[in-house]
Parts: sequence; structure tokens; C-alpha cells
Amino acid sequence: MKLRIKNLTPGAVALAFSAVTLADQAQVAVAANFAEPIKAVAAVLEKTTGHTLKVTLGSTGKLYAQIKNGAPFDVLLAANTATPAALESDGLSTPGSRFSYATGKLVLWSADANKVDAKGDVLKSGNFRKVAYANPKTAPYGAAAVQVMDRLGLTSTLTPKLVQGESIGQAFNFVHTGNAELGFVAMSQVLEGGKLKGGSMWLIPQALYSPIQQDAVLLQHGANNPAAQALMKLLQSPNIKDLIRSYGYDI
Amino acid sequence: MALLTSSDLQAIGLTLQVAAFTTAILLLLGTPLAWWLARTRSWLKKPMGALVAMPIVLPPSVLGFYLLVFMGPNGTVGQWTQSLGLGLLPFTFAGLVVASSFYSLPFMVQPIQNAFANMGTRPLEVAASLRASPLDVFFSVVVPLCKPGFVTGAIMCFAHTVGEFGVVLMVGGNIPGVTRVVSVQIYDHVEAMEYSDAHRLAAVMLGFSFVVLLALHVYNGAQRKGAGA
Repeated sequence: MKLRIKNLTPGAVALAFSAVTLADQAQVAVAANFAEPIKAVAAVLEKTTGHTLKVTLGSTGKLYAQIKNGAPFDVLLAANTATPAALESDGLSTPGSRFSYATGKLVLWSADANKVDAKGDVLKSGNFRKVAYANPKTAPYGAAAVQVMDRLGLTSTLTPKLVQGESIGQAFNFVHTGNAELGFVAMSQVLEGGKLKGGSMWLIPQALYSPIQQDAVLLQHGANNPAAQALMKLLQSPNIKDLIRSYGYDI
Repeated sequence: MALLTSSDLQAIGLTLQVAAFTTAILLLLGTPLAWWLARTRSWLKKPMGALVAMPIVLPPSVLGFYLLVFMGPNGTVGQWTQSLGLGLLPFTFAGLVVASSFYSLPFMVQPIQNAFANMGTRPLEVAASLRASPLDVFFSVVVPLCKPGFVTGAIMCFAHTVGEFGVVLMVGGNIPGVTRVVSVQIYDHVEAMEYSDAHRLAAVMLGFSFVVLLALHVYNGAQRKGAGA
């Protein structure tokens, strides 16, 4: 097929040109619980603006340590409010850029469809070998799991059965492979299109743990990166909020 | 103030145990394997040699991931251990030893295999002509002649297991006193930004690995001198 330049309108040429020159890339550090949604968000960003994202997943604490030591991230999507606030007081973020993009929910999940009951009584039954959670020192979802065990009065009985992932992603993997029968994971990891992907889960009542409010922050490294700025704007748009809700988050 | 916390000491003790078990198991399993590799003319020699060397080039995350899959309740190894009444291996001390045995296999087998190959067949023929039994030949002739290979293999295997990180992070589950080895403990300290704790334990590891490698070099030097005299 020959390209017939004559038939292209000046507007189309300008659009094609701008798409090439204005498409930027942002390096985004993302808390592991948001692994699935960020893929969908990146697809929308690329479709609407041409900007692309390079995503690094990890526990919020690990990402914070990397940023403090000079990692070239443009945006942090944390699993808490404390870390973005700390980055602001460290002078590593753009002042006033911080906002909440989601409030996460903790679930007790098993890959086995018959394991977890609607009230989470399985935790008291002790009818399992291992229960996985994320490192509470670095992963806010892990800290929330500790609160839940405390408030249920199960800490001492569950301690011998606990296995720890470095992030909520690794905790999920332990349960997904069946090595741990149960796990405290993020609701976003087990939902697809608003439905449970598989296995069984207990949506842990919000009264059992402090809300997992998750803040985004534009880092100094990304202050002048158009792709990073576009991502921050997109995360606050109504359509994206609906998309994020479909993964089981509140906003 | 104590130099190391009690959980650091616990991690050190656990690490030494995992390394000791792994070294003992690989001495038993690696020696016949090394013997076969050094002696066989089978076409399987090269594929087997490549398999044994694979942990040197494979990322520990690959090994850790497959171990989790195969040792899990849906994996072939997991179903086998469960049917034997052993339960599942991930998150257990035994699981760490099994994982480490895969991880450290080449460090044990290759030095012993080289020692067997360098010895040649002549000493075996002489011993056989004196009517020594195969077992007698092995312990009275082969082991003394190949001692440097065994020592190097055992030390490298032990030290390499002590230094293991990725595999134990992936299959261990970070349980204090059961699977939280020194490398994971240091990682934990760093992640939590407990840098002074991380420094102290990391310095111990630094000193340990230097002493081990120095001892190995001194030993090998003495062996060469002895052989030359």
C-alpha cells in the first residue's frame, strides 16, 4: 500500500506529529496491592494521551527506601498516607501534589473455594496449616492484618501458623500456589471485573483495622515529566475512579 | 549494648544448621554423582553436567518459584511428600534444606568431579590388581587422593548455602527460628530502615566469607606445595 500524503489533512498530520513528540514516559513506583489496577490505568493513559508508564512494584516501605536512596521514580502510588507525607517533609516530592487515589480493603482469601466462610470463622477453627500475610514493617496491608488478628484475639494462636511475604504480592503468591491455605491479601488481588476470580474470601469488616487510605504523590524527579503529571490528573478523573472501584477499593 | 540482637543470633544459628545439613546431604548425594560424571562415557554425561551446573546461572527467583509450585499441594513433589505423611516442604526447615541442596549442588559436585578426573584410572587399576574390593579402593585410595576436592566442595557448598538469599526468601516465608536465615534477616533490617542492625549483621557476614575463602586458599596452597615436594 502506498502512503498518499496528499489525502492527509493538515490536522491529521499535526496530530500524528504531536503524538510522536509529546508522548513521554513516567517511572511509577506502585504498592503491590495496586498491581492489577495500574495495568488498566496505564492502558487508559496510553490510549488517551500517548504517554506510557514503566511500573515498579513492591512494598510501600521498600519503595520508600529506594526513593530516599535516589531511585529515579516520577510518581509513588503508596499503600498508606504516612509514606507520601514523609516524602513531602523529606523534600523529595512536589509540594501539594499529594492526594488519595483509593482506600484499600483487606480480605482473608483461600485458593480453595470451600475454605473461607462468610464470617471468617475458619481463622478460629485452626483448620489450616499456614496463613500468609505481608511484612507488617514495610507493607500497610500486613500491618492491617496484624490489627485484625489482635482485635479478634487470635494473635497468639495464629503466630505459629504465620508465613510472611515481603509484599502483599508475595503473600498472594503463597496462597495462590496453595502453600498457604489462607492469606490476608488485598481485595484488588482477588477481584476481576468486580467479581471474585476464584477460591473463597471473607471481606474483613472495616471495624477490625484502620482504613488503608492510599495516597499518590508526584516526586521531585517527575515534577516536569508530562507523563507523570498526566497520570496524577487521570487518577482523579471520574472514569478512572469507577475503574478503581471495580477492583474493590473505596474512593 | 549487645553487638547482635537475640533474633540475629537465632538467625545465625539457623543459617549454620541449614548449611551443615545441606553440606552433609550433598556430600552423600554429590559424591556418587561426581563419580559417575567423571567416569561415564554415556551420552548423558554432557546433559547431566549442564543440569548440575544450572543453579550457577539460574536466578534464585526461578528456582524459588518452581520450588514453590512443585513442592506445593498441587505440585508433583508436594503430592508425593503429602502421601508419605511428610506434609508440605515450603515454610519448613526441611524445605529450606531441600531448596539449598538444589542451589548448592554444583559447588559440591564440580570440585569433587575434577578431583576424580585428575586422579585418572591408574590408581584404581593398581588397587584392583592387588585385589582390593571396590569399597576398599574408594576409602583407602580414592578418598585420600581426592581429599582436596572433597574439602573444597564441602567448604564451597557450606559457604554458598550460608550466603543464599533469593531462594530462601521465596520458599521460606520468613518465620523466625524456622526459616529466617541471616541473609533474610539483613534484608528485613534494611527494608525496615534499621540500618545499624543491618550493618552489624552484614559485617559479621563479610568477616565470615573472608575468613572462609582465606582458609580455602591457604589450604589449597599447602596442598599444592605438599604435592610438589
